Amino acid sequence: MATMTEWLRDPSPSSRLQARLGQSYLAWLRMRRNPLAMVGLFIILLLLAMAAFAPWLATHDPLTQNLGQRLLPPGTPGHWLGTDDFGRDIWSRIVYGSRITLYIVTLVAVTAPLLGLMIGTVAGYFGGWVDQVLMRITDIFLAFPRLILALALVAVLGPGIENAVLAIALTAWPPYARVARAETLTVRTSDYIAAVRLQGAGSGRIIWGHVMPMCLPSVIIRVTLDMAGVILIAAGLGFLGLGVQPPTPEWGLMISSGRKFLFEQWWVATMPGLAIFIVSLGFNLLGDGLRDVLDPRSSGK
Amino acid sequence: MTVVPDTPAPPFRLPRPIRLIGGTALSLAITILGLLLVTFIIGRVVPIDPVLAIIGERATTEQYEATRIALGLDEPMWKQFAIYVGDAVQGDLGQSLRTRREVSEDIIRYFPATLELATIATLFGVLVGVPAGVLAATRPGTWVDQIVRIVGLMGYSMPVFWLGLLALLIFYGILGWVGGPGRLDAGFSMMFELDVPQRTGMILIDTALAGEWAMFRNALSHIVLPSAVLGYTSMAYISRMTRSFMMNELGQEYITTARVKGMPEWRVVWVHALKNVMVPLITVIALSYAYLLEGSVLTETIFAWPGLGSYITDALFAADMPAVLGGTVVVGVVFVTLNMASDLLYRLVDPRAR
Repeated sequence: MATMTEWLRDPSPSSRLQARLGQSYLAWLRMRRNPLAMVGLFIILLLLAMAAFAPWLATHDPLTQNLGQRLLPPGTPGHWLGTDDFGRDIWSRIVYGSRITLYIVTLVAVTAPLLGLMIGTVAGYFGGWVDQVLMRITDIFLAFPRLILALALVAVLGPGIENAVLAIALTAWPPYARVARAETLTVRTSDYIAAVRLQGAGSGRIIWGHVMPMCLPSVIIRVTLDMAGVILIAAGLGFLGLGVQPPTPEWGLMISSGRKFLFEQWWVATMPGLAIFIVSLGFNLLGDGLRDVLDPRSSGK
Repeated sequence: MTVVPDTPAPPFRLPRPIRLIGGTALSLAITILGLLLVTFIIGRVVPIDPVLAIIGERATTEQYEATRIALGLDEPMWKQFAIYVGDAVQGDLGQSLRTRREVSEDIIRYFPATLELATIATLFGVLVGVPAGVLAATRPGTWVDQIVRIVGLMGYSMPVFWLGLLALLIFYGILGWVGGPGRLDAGFSMMFELDVPQRTGMILIDTALAGEWAMFRNALSHIVLPSAVLGYTSMAYISRMTRSFMMNELGQEYITTARVKGMPEWRVVWVHALKNVMVPLITVIALSYAYLLEGSVLTETIFAWPGLGSYITDALFAADMPAVLGGTVVVGVVFVTLNMASDLLYRLVDPRAR
């Protein structure tokens, strides 16, 4: 172990991999000092574990109805978070719901930044009218309040998990394009880009292989910070009945089904909301910490 | 005699404020045009046939064709878009399939309720958020700072519809401190519709103007909860931004000078520093006001608040696309305008932002 840290801390790394891992190790050390960020990381690891081990963690099948056991309060033996109006175990539904949340978050986290990166780097690299047109489009999408645009898109596409993801991704890309463009403008005139160009590389190759990697760190921070928002919008769509369809155990949908008997059986709506809250808090804490660590401009404030 | 060469006349330039306003107006117009293009495209790919939606399934082919031509659907796409933009500019957003009224008429009817809610929510956000941010900035790293930060992060992380349900459960269901969903108790609703002249559509103002104080108090007890729920998110945003602006300001030299001269600390912070933070803060407040329009969609659903958000979601479930898209356009336009107006204000007022 000691040799491992020594290898990571080596001031003159012998390979690119060692240098990269060494950098990440230093960032990790800095982040470890930030207790809130560690709490966030812990929550997200918990979410991942929950999704991975759902069949073992759940005490019941999330879909099987048992009308004899409907609306049992929390603390009932065998149903420690209670049951919903169809007698389904709320804990088991929350556990399986983590998979849905993770599915949506992952898909958005892959598609939206990729789209934003492509638009932003192309705009920044070529400049001129390409930049003008692409950034104007970005501004227009940025001008829509996200939830409202997502609502209108889902209204057209029809409800469902894939369409919800598509709608969220289509509303989430503009900030990434902005970030990527700003980064591209700073590296565009670098010597190493000129060197690659003189070696005969085409624009596509320069953007994909040499500009985009430089934009990744700032985009990744943005993604982490945005994930909480994505979870909230996805839950909002589910709550309005426009996302995942019943009987799938999606957290937002579970809240809306518990709304009917909020005053009598409060736990049906409260428990899944708590899950959404904790997970998005986790992403916010981690994103905040990551920004402090990886972005030297904001550190010290 | 030497001829003094004329100094070349400087090229004619409009004064800066006019250039700024002109530039902003131009980019506002372009953005709104783009906004309309997006809603136009969404409206055209929608699988619902607008002709059938109006005339019904049992119409004859002739009727169908006549309506199709009347709606201008036989024209080429670019011309349809031109007509759409022309209509929208004149305030014609089409007819709602659900209420059978003009969408713009509906929106005028529903918008004041949202405006009232968002205004009170912003007021709440400012009155709590600004002092909290200032307190945190003057005591960085202390428990006050940590609490403000955590309360703020919680505001970012809570689903607003869940918070609304919880608030309703606790303050209305259990404690009974406030009014429930809706703008008034059932008993007052009828009276409001019949007896109170609706000058502004904003219930607090209308009842106050009519001198109906019992009704005013009832309306107040109904608006407290949704506006606090809605305002929580903007409070989180405002306190965070206030903190970072103040931190920046308190590091300036003039602050040190004021302190060295023996000015009391409260005066340094609340008068000198806060005054300079005011301008960027106003842009932040305008932005958060715009974001409230978005939050209002879910909040209004929870609290049965008859505003624009409820209008859009109700229209959504009735597959009433003209109403959905009309509402989207209006929200988008208000959002963009607030955004650009705050940016313009900032650049006009603050000489440093040149």
